[in-house]
Amino acid sequence: MIKVEHMSKSYGPYPAVIDISFEVLRGEIVGFLGPNGAGKTTTMRVITGFTPPTEGVVTVSGYDVVSHSLDVRRHIGYLPETVPLYLDMTVTDYLKYMGEIRGMNSAWVKDRLPLVIDMVKLGEYRNTLVGRLSKGYRQRTGIAQAILHEPDVLILDEPTIGIDPIQVVETRELISDLGREHTLLLSSHILPEVSAICSRVLVINDGRIVADDDPDALSEKLQHAERIEVGVRGAEAPAFISAMREISVVVDARSDQRASIIQRAERENFAPFIVDARPNANAAEQVAKTVIDNGWGLSNLTPLPMTLEEIFLELTTEENLGE
Amino acid sequence: MRFITVIAVKEIRTYFGSPMAYVVSAAFLAITGFFFVASVSDAFAEASIRGYLAGAVFFMIFMSPALTMRLIAEEQKLGTLELLLTSPIREFEIVIGKFIAAFVMMAIMTGLSLYFVVVLFIYGDPDIGPLLSGFLGLGLYAAATLAVGLFASALSSNQIVGLIVGSGILTALTIIDFVSERLTGLASQVLDGFQLGASFSVFDLDSFGVAQGGHFADFAKGIISVSDIAYYISLTAVFLLLTVLVLEARRWR
Repeated sequence: MIKVEHMSKSYGPYPAVIDISFEVLRGEIVGFLGPNGAGKTTTMRVITGFTPPTEGVVTVSGYDVVSHSLDVRRHIGYLPETVPLYLDMTVTDYLKYMGEIRGMNSAWVKDRLPLVIDMVKLGEYRNTLVGRLSKGYRQRTGIAQAILHEPDVLILDEPTIGIDPIQVVETRELISDLGREHTLLLSSHILPEVSAICSRVLVINDGRIVADDDPDALSEKLQHAERIEVGVRGAEAPAFISAMREISVVVDARSDQRASIIQRAERENFAPFIVDARPNANAAEQVAKTVIDNGWGLSNLTPLPMTLEEIFLELTTEENLGE
Repeated sequence: MRFITVIAVKEIRTYFGSPMAYVVSAAFLAITGFFFVASVSDAFAEASIRGYLAGAVFFMIFMSPALTMRLIAEEQKLGTLELLLTSPIREFEIVIGKFIAAFVMMAIMTGLSLYFVVVLFIYGDPDIGPLLSGFLGLGLYAAATLAVGLFASALSSNQIVGLIVGSGILTALTIIDFVSERLTGLASQVLDGFQLGASFSVFDLDSFGVAQGGHFADFAKGIISVSDIAYYISLTAVFLLLTVLVLEARRWR
């Protein structure tokens, strides 16, 4: 459905995307994962025909995005990162207008509109001014306009950014549902989100695709280590560290040097440590047991998920990963 | 054509939903009303809309950009332009649709001032010719100034920038005769050819002037000339085209 071949896009002298190639097949839900400024939005803008590529060929449903831009745009539903809404229109008026702009005639809009409003659960807000909606409902309105005209391909740029956790869950469910009917490309900078929804993940960094895999394989590759933050009372640092290193699954243990943690540790009277362990080995449990067996006080124990920055660091510095 | 209608209808509805249209209409009626009354209230005054026309063309320099400043700038600010430009709709359809909406608003506003004409017929015996040519000229003049305003609105996401740039271009075309007066020969004639029509002498309440060498002077007198019509239509076409180009250029950034 979407085919990107050796596509590059520069803004003046600044390259935003460099020679990327990938394909999204019919019915796939593909997540586009990357930090801010990695080139996600740029790639999506090229695919939607908003901006042409500097080099390379991009086709959607077989139509070239430059030479057959109008055909491409007919087959695409697009939710940009800043949800584009007319704040002084009601939800119904806004959706009607968007439908007409997308080339739907009024009979089609009339049939389709109640279904879509139902699908995104906007029923009770159908006559509310868009400007009065909360952020989560604005997001839904944005999604509604993207699916209104029954596009083959749905492109959602950061669909869950800036909305509260409960609505994030609902929005993710909605997107999963949409994935059953549409070919879907969505971008995110949150790894668990992409893993939860997508059947395939493209990781992009500094304008290049650094990994293309299904979420399980990707997180396995990424889970080199599990990191645990431990706060202990009554233990000398050398004694604690050597006790930790005796645990078979522990790779390394050291004092936590981060200023914010040290301050808190002094206030709450514990010694902060960082323990790195092998993944999926119940390391936290064994660390807790060792602390207790040694007669120390366990003040806190927090498994730290790897941050996206660390993941990208790994992906971009290690060889034999990715493409 | 369908997309043009969709855009135009939406914009006209937005005009009526916001205070802008009412404020601009009220200001337009008040100002043109003042010039109309001032021009016909002398003892031996002529029953004509000369004063009204002079006031209208002068204040359209500011009112046309005020009407159009929101049209494209706000789409950029809200991000909805990205939606329009990724819909199966062409740039010129967006531009023409919005232009038509602004022109309809201007026509409604001008229509509200038609009671001046009724007043003339009740209390006097006006010439029909200059009335008709005056309103024809006013329509053409409005189209040209709205096109300039729409172009200015496309330049940035800031409405105030649109207003200032639009009025700036129109003011430059208005005071161009100050420059041409100080030149001789071909340069003077060429510059005169660009004079928009309004004149700052509108404030001289004895003359109620439009620019004598400008393209509106003949319309005010009841003369319809091809060159004047061609001037306004070209100005409209050129600035609408420029607006389309500005939107297209946005893609290539």
